[in-house]
Amino acid sequence: MQTSRVIAASVMAAVLTAGAAACGGGTSTNKTTPKTLTYWASNQGANIEVDKATLTPELTKFEQQTGIKVKLEVVPWSDLLNRILAAATSGQGPDVLNIGNTWSASLQATGALLPFDAATFAKIGGKDRFVSAALASAGAAGKDPAAVPLYSLAYALYYNKAQFQAAGITAPPATWDELVADGKKLTTGGHFGLAMEGASISENIHQAFVFAKQHGADFFDAAGKPQFDSPQAVAAIQQYVDFMAKDKIAAPGDAEYSANQSVTDFATGKASMLLWQAAASNLKAHGMAADAYGVAPIPFQTASASGPTAVNSMVAGINLAVFKNTGNLDGALKFVKFMTSTGEQKILNIAYSSLPSVTDAQSDPAFSTPDLKTLSQVLATSAAPLPQVANESQFETLVGTAMKGLLADAAAGRPVTTATVKAALTKAQQQMPTS
Amino acid sequence: MKARLRRVGLPYLLLLPALALELLIHLVPMLVGIAMSFKQLTQFFIRNWSGAPWAGLGNYRTAVDFHAAVGQALLNSFLVTCSFTLLVVGLSWLLGTAAAILMQDAFRGRGVLRTLFLVPYALPVYAAVITWSFMFQHDTGLVNHMLHDQLHLTSGKPFWLIGGNSFYALVTVAVWRSWPFAFLCLTAGLQNIPRDLYEAAALDGAGVWQQIRRITLPSLRPVNQVLVLVLFLWTFNDFNTPYVLFGRSAPEAADLISIHIYQASFVTWNFGSGSAMSVLLLLFLLVVTAAYLFVTSRRRGAHA
Repeated sequence: MQTSRVIAASVMAAVLTAGAAACGGGTSTNKTTPKTLTYWASNQGANIEVDKATLTPELTKFEQQTGIKVKLEVVPWSDLLNRILAAATSGQGPDVLNIGNTWSASLQATGALLPFDAATFAKIGGKDRFVSAALASAGAAGKDPAAVPLYSLAYALYYNKAQFQAAGITAPPATWDELVADGKKLTTGGHFGLAMEGASISENIHQAFVFAKQHGADFFDAAGKPQFDSPQAVAAIQQYVDFMAKDKIAAPGDAEYSANQSVTDFATGKASMLLWQAAASNLKAHGMAADAYGVAPIPFQTASASGPTAVNSMVAGINLAVFKNTGNLDGALKFVKFMTSTGEQKILNIAYSSLPSVTDAQSDPAFSTPDLKTLSQVLATSAAPLPQVANESQFETLVGTAMKGLLADAAAGRPVTTATVKAALTKAQQQMPTS
Repeated sequence: MKARLRRVGLPYLLLLPALALELLIHLVPMLVGIAMSFKQLTQFFIRNWSGAPWAGLGNYRTAVDFHAAVGQALLNSFLVTCSFTLLVVGLSWLLGTAAAILMQDAFRGRGVLRTLFLVPYALPVYAAVITWSFMFQHDTGLVNHMLHDQLHLTSGKPFWLIGGNSFYALVTVAVWRSWPFAFLCLTAGLQNIPRDLYEAAALDGAGVWQQIRRITLPSLRPVNQVLVLVLFLWTFNDFNTPYVLFGRSAPEAADLISIHIYQASFVTWNFGSGSAMSVLLLLFLLVVTAAYLFVTSRRRGAHA
């Protein structure tokens, strides 16, 4: 009797814990007739409602042109990757979807996305229409892209004009030494020179990439093997963490920011500089007037950087992909063609203060505001794509988390040395899958 | 004969739908999870995961290789979870028992207090924990405002959501969330203790402490046996609290095992490895549960 009760209770315990073992599953949304499409859009505007309001008129236009109704779902960034993974696992997903362009190679490896070969490109108006730097971030080199670029973004240095003037700084810093020197001038009392988004995995990784490039380090070798803890990579990460640890130009509290609080701090004047991608619409939402801040390229190590280390931004952006299991391939490609058409590219990128991914649309005067001009200049001359390898998303998580830990150390006043940075990066590398 | 068969078979027939659903909802996913743990299920195969190569015990070997980074991280996470669980179950039980005993006798406002105590249990997890995460913020949080600005207990403002203190922040929120459940169960248990026992004890000259030790606690034994087990399983497996509090990558000091497994499978896209860790967790909890029930039921047998 007693034994059987122990067994019964154990089975119950097993059932209670089974939730951890069984994961996955997704909603079935691609039961489409040729007259409908399901579209997962990423959250580009200030919130999901803004996205719906922006996209719905365009989708109506598409329906009028083709007779195909598009069911829109705006997926928050925190859910998007999991939703795509679940869709890939179950084969049940949307017809067309937005992906962060850094995921391209990882998602390409799943085989869930339609490759854009020459014939497919012909159906959407050709490959040459797209900005080549943006197209390079749509899949691993040498393979047919897994997506096409939709919105393009780049990093820039945003600075508070009035605070610069008050501190007697006449021009935005062009090198990191200048940035640190300016930062120290601007850091007084409760006010800081630089705002950092220290607990955000993706922000950390985007900064790490630029600093590593400038130090001549690549996080993956030519064969796609991880090499996170090279001396150059260590120096790069340490330089970034030192803004808080050694130079003390960033508030220790920044180490726990992961919900864009650094943008708020910049917009409200608590910090004078911000390294961000296409922040204009975000700053506007926080009530900062467009003439209150200046936009400059991200600094380099030396004033006249050139060659492979002259990188000061990732090629940031959103790609548009077609789910391979779509029941309406023809309609899906029509939709891709529509969304990447010159007219739609102008409308959508103006709404999101991003840059068009097709060359024809870029000439529109709406994209020649000072900040967008800086961004498109950076994108054209000194931006590089994040490693397009299958294990990219693991790299983002592991190195981004390692940096979050280092910044937490810096914030708490614990020493951050070459040795501790190297140890954190070595540990991250060891956790990478071996395959 | 036929009638007898029908009579014997009827209960089983009635149980059949429940059994089928139980299989479908609990056992099948569990078995799938176990099967996955023997596969090399990375992003290259999730589209057709039955085509993933068999990894044999490879995923398990990586998980328990405590000299390598992955195993070391898992071990660290396991130890963190163990101390977290001990603290949370202990404190929740203590608070729950104390509150239940204090609320045992009727007084003005008892109903209001009881309701108030149950609020954390009734609030939606997300809303409650996100509020805590605001309170624990370094610069603008209520906790630092109280500790540093008002009471001057700390020399500087400590960090609660990153670094070592995150463990205590997590314990605080978890205790806050789970003690009302202990309180609820024990309050129900107390209703079953006959009042005459206390009266008799009082006549014999037993004080309050003696009454609690000799009457209340022994009478609550059966309730406590289940309560502690359930609290243990819930706390050990808690995912929502750390996930909402810290996001997808928890600080090392608060890296609970469920978050760790989630990270190993979803964030690094290695579902085979994540499943292997889940199966190990399942085995551990099974062993603990079985041992716990064996020990507690035997001791009760000896008492009776």
